Amino acid sequence: MTEKNNSTQNGHDPSRRNFLKNTGLVVGGVAGGSLLGGFFTNQSRSNDEGKENTETDSKNAHPARARMFFGRYEDFIVLAHAAELIFPKDDNGPGAIELDVPYYIDKQLAGTWGVNGDDYRQGPYTELEKLKKLKDDDKANHTRSNRGKIFLEGLRKMNAESKKRFDISFDEASEEQKSEIMSDLENGKLEMKSIPSEGFFALLKQATLEGAFCDPLYGGNKNMAGWHMKEFGGAQMSYANVIESEEFVKMEPVSLTEYQRNK
Amino acid sequence: MAKELKKVDAVIVGTGWAGGITAAELTKKGYKVVSLERGKEQSREDFIGAKDELKYSIRYDMMQDLSKDTVTTRTSMDETARPVRNNSHARIGNDMGGASVHWNGVSLRWLPYDFEIRSKTIERYGESKIPENCTIQDWGITYDELEPYYDKFEKTAGVSGEVNPLGHKRSDGYPNPPLKTTPSIELFKKAATNLGYHPYRLPAANMSQQYTNPDGETINACMYCAFCEEYGCDFGAKGDPIVTVLETAKKTGNFEIRNESTVTEVIHDGTKAIGLKYIDNITGQEFIQPADIVVLAGFVFTNNKLLLKSKIGKPYNPETGEGIIGKNFTGHFSNISTYIGARGFFNDEKWNLSMGTGALGATVDDFSGDNMDHTDLDFLHGYEIRYYHLGQRPIDNNHVPEGTPAWGKEYKEKNLFYHNRNLIIRAKTGFLPNRYTYLDLDPTYKDELGDPLIRATVHYEEQDIKRAQHGVERCKEIMTEMGADIVDLIDVPDDVKFDHKFYTNHFLGGAIMGKDPATSAVNTYSQMWDMENLFVLGGSSFPHNSNHDPTETIGAFAYRASEGMITYLEGDGGLLVEAKQTSNA
Ligand SMILES: Cc1cc2nc3c(=O)[nH]c(=O)nc-3n(C[C@H](O)[C@H](O)[C@H](O)COP(=O)(O)OP(=O)(O)OC[C@H]3O[C@@H](n4cnc5c(N)ncnc54)[C@H](O)[C@@H]3O)c2cc1C
Ligand code: SF4
Repeated sequence: MTEKNNSTQNGHDPSRRNFLKNTGLVVGGVAGGSLLGGFFTNQSRSNDEGKENTETDSKNAHPARARMFFGRYEDFIVLAHAAELIFPKDDNGPGAIELDVPYYIDKQLAGTWGVNGDDYRQGPYTELEKLKKLKDDDKANHTRSNRGKIFLEGLRKMNAESKKRFDISFDEASEEQKSEIMSDLENGKLEMKSIPSEGFFALLKQATLEGAFCDPLYGGNKNMAGWHMKEFGGAQMSYANVIESEEFVKMEPVSLTEYQRNK
Repeated sequence: MAKELKKVDAVIVGTGWAGGITAAELTKKGYKVVSLERGKEQSREDFIGAKDELKYSIRYDMMQDLSKDTVTTRTSMDETARPVRNNSHARIGNDMGGASVHWNGVSLRWLPYDFEIRSKTIERYGESKIPENCTIQDWGITYDELEPYYDKFEKTAGVSGEVNPLGHKRSDGYPNPPLKTTPSIELFKKAATNLGYHPYRLPAANMSQQYTNPDGETINACMYCAFCEEYGCDFGAKGDPIVTVLETAKKTGNFEIRNESTVTEVIHDGTKAIGLKYIDNITGQEFIQPADIVVLAGFVFTNNKLLLKSKIGKPYNPETGEGIIGKNFTGHFSNISTYIGARGFFNDEKWNLSMGTGALGATVDDFSGDNMDHTDLDFLHGYEIRYYHLGQRPIDNNHVPEGTPAWGKEYKEKNLFYHNRNLIIRAKTGFLPNRYTYLDLDPTYKDELGDPLIRATVHYEEQDIKRAQHGVERCKEIMTEMGADIVDLIDVPDDVKFDHKFYTNHFLGGAIMGKDPATSAVNTYSQMWDMENLFVLGGSSFPHNSNHDPTETIGAFAYRASEGMITYLEGDGGLLVEAKQTSNA
């Protein structure tokens, strides 16, 4: 019962937070790491309707649900709320948080992608003013900064903006307040040093969709719920027998874990 | 110091269709061939279970490693070019088998008009029809002369298809029947037919049945698994160089592929090529591989870069219009070809869009080349209207009707609702060369080894924009006839400029063919006029871009070039065609 209540619109667990605050575990207004475990597990527990109950027990939690890139919890929680805003939980199914999108992004930023390791990286780079003229999805490619740094800068900017405008951190802000900041990010109205903010929005949105719809091996698309929502078949061996069908053929999606097991 | 190796009969840069076909044909005749490939070794086994969208379609695992080498781009001569930094803007082949491994398999012949474009245009409309800066030229060969080589490519790659009702003379049908069809393909065909057009099934190098090619290589039947474009085939069911020509060459015992070998220069004495200089990516050791015949088949960017760096042929100068190398760069540029058209959203229909294969679909040739009368049109050449059923993978396909917010509840709702309820038809346009669209060496940016990057200056002429807009109109018409509830256009604004993307990987020119050494780099055997034992293969030899995909034509010319090389090696050398002066320039 309490679990249902805990998963509020904002998607965090006030009672747990209060408990930690009252017991002095939150120092200087910064939440301790343990809080996050509760935040995510309560989300998933309430929405899997008890299926994944074991995960609420931190000893049995999925090992990939730990932070690799994000040192500060404060940055990560902003990411989680931002991703959820882009791809929210609704009647169709889970949102970004429940799909483990934030953990997916954390892993990606910790790897090659986060340091633009596969990209051409010789200067001169494009200055901020000129970056504005590039297509949104190309802006992040041409700054001297890298994706990891852009994420940190962007998320901190969103958080700072929330504190400045509403006197409240981004994750504690109301849906409406968060949306206002997200719109400004999308429309290039937040000032960033590395890249115009619409370029960070494009990057954040892309990463969120990746985390929602990638193969679960990357730590996102939890329980293939993203694929269920899109009625996507995943790594099916063959559609040769059904491709001509006049009707829509619904199939249980297949992950690569499953697919490669048979090889 | 570069270490000089033992001479062989032929040394080839690249192992795609162009290099692979050459290797197979020469080794079958008993010649010793070494192929140098910058990328890794790979075989069918590498692709088993390769159904990973993030790895292949989002991070582009099979594409050129841009951290080592890339292309710089600009839209006019007075701009400073910037490098393409991420593969989302360039899907160029990188490993054994080249881009020809992760291709879709669309296998189209070009039109008789294409090969004689200048004379046929003048014949039908008069010379004044050719816009001022348009540098079209005849290729020095006719469709009929090329036809046998097309037939050969189709049989090697195992093309599945049905004959184009508006197509031209063929010596034989396709080696395999068309692929299975789907309700949305049939809907497209019906709508096009209703409008009086002549749709037919896209010829595909995805096998409609198990097939053994004339070299004895077996290609399996396609599973319609939809991890096809941008993927190596899980089942060995796609006609690609790994399962065909490279395998054929290996079986002869006359063939060696050296992987992780990046070619950096053609060594020559001014009249003849001596060999290729390359670096072993793993050890950094430099080598020179001498050969009687040197073949460049490293795709358009590498071919041009090697010619310019090795100072072979006269570089093109857009100010004067003189010189050749780098001239007539063309392509299917994303925002005026291929990724334009009409997307329809259907509220009451739902299709099996998880399924598909790279070249599953249908197309309309009524507007291709000079098939429509251009008398009253302000452009030359044309476009295809095409519907593909290649599978809508979920990260790459998040299409919502125009006006939908870019994020949040409504975005998610529509994204999910329409995922299997939207279809796109596209206009694939030709692109005619112009004086200001060309390749040269970038003055600023360098590759990993310190050599200048290749620079592409891509300028759209008015006719290119008009042609594309005309195509989008046809897409709209057909999509409306298909009954979509919402039709959104992926349109072409009047002031559109090149979007700095090399995404289609259909790029051509720079070492173009012709009859006259004054206006061409190679003859129709892909032999350099200036250096008789140097052959430059692939799309780099095409003087313009048709609306049809290039690869089958690349394959056909590779067969023709191999024939020329064999004649050259068997005889006393010399030019395979007599140089002719034309008034073509
Ligand atoms: C996703 C995708 C889908 C496509 N679908 C179609 C389609 O449906 N129909 C169609 O007609 N075309 C298609 N194409 C285009 C097609 O792949 C190319 O036209 C074709 O591969 C060209 O063959 P090629 O042998 O000339 O070059 P490539 O296949 O690119 O081979 C060139 C080889 O040379 C190597 N190389 C380059 N530089 C060096 C160097 N310096 N040293 C050593 N090695 C080097 C490369 O690593 C590569 O292996 C597609 C391309 C892509 C990327
Ligand atoms: S769709 Fe067919 S040809 Fe393409 S990868 Fe799958 S099985 Fe191979």
